[in-house]
Amino acid sequence: MRARVLIRPKAGILDPQGEAVARALPALGFEGVTNVHVGRLVELDVEDPAQLESMCERLLANPLVEDYEVQLLDGNG
Amino acid sequence: MRFGVLQFPGSCDEVDALEAARRVGDAELLWHGDRDLKGADAIVVPGGFSYGDYLRAGAIARFAPIMESVIDFAKDGGLVLGICNGFQVLCEARLLPGALLGNMNRRFTFRQVGLEVLNSGGSFTHGCALGERLSIPAKHSWGRYYADAETLAAMDRAGQLVLRYAAGENFNGSVHDIAGVSNERGNVFGLMPHPEHAIDELVGGSSDGLKIFESMRLTVEGVHA
Repeated sequence: MRARVLIRPKAGILDPQGEAVARALPALGFEGVTNVHVGRLVELDVEDPAQLESMCERLLANPLVEDYEVQLLDGNG
Repeated sequence: MRFGVLQFPGSCDEVDALEAARRVGDAELLWHGDRDLKGADAIVVPGGFSYGDYLRAGAIARFAPIMESVIDFAKDGGLVLGICNGFQVLCEARLLPGALLGNMNRRFTFRQVGLEVLNSGGSFTHGCALGERLSIPAKHSWGRYYADAETLAAMDRAGQLVLRYAAGENFNGSVHDIAGVSNERGNVFGLMPHPEHAIDELVGGSSDGLKIFESMRLTVEGVHA
């Protein structure tokens, strides 16, 4: 099973990368952009999708400072 | 007194840590793939970029075979010092509360920093005076200490906030200017600045870093400053 894990800074934790991007976009003429956050994407094939939660808790994310979201993709996505 | 200094692929400050430890005792390197702490009385987890800092700094090193032994050693009350990447490893291993995030200035920054000793009664700082100012180099990209408000309040009550950046020195944006913290029991300590680089005034800006290693020796040898 193909899976995708989206990892983001937890709400309320300052995200200087997101802030830098939010400042850069208007400099290129893109207006009206707010709430920019930069995270990580992990894509993987797993035999047992039930283990994904534990993989996230133990390694893929740091739950103290990051939220994660697991997406299961059809086929080989 | 014998220090064991860990060495991961990507460590880069283990030789300076050995040198600092040897100013106050014996020291030898412990390879990440081994499990034997070789009778060490205290462990130093050094700075660098263990396993390339892939995924998150310290996230993979935390599962190295040697770390299983270090975690057991810490749970038995053994002294463990984590410096920079070592601090990140100890947080990832949950031996220390909180986490290290990217610097607020988004840059790798190398500078001498002034630190204040907030707890001079602990195993790593009782060679220092309360409120003493230490001058030690820092060099990192991921040094912004973070813990939630509830955790910070409990740490404050328990004396776990050991070092803070002096006024104007908190370049990485750490919460409450925190530069170094201990666990509740006080036998595990991590800090982002590098005491092992400040053991000689000629090249380290000061020799203040030796006070950390000397405090560890005093603790292990049962001498109270």
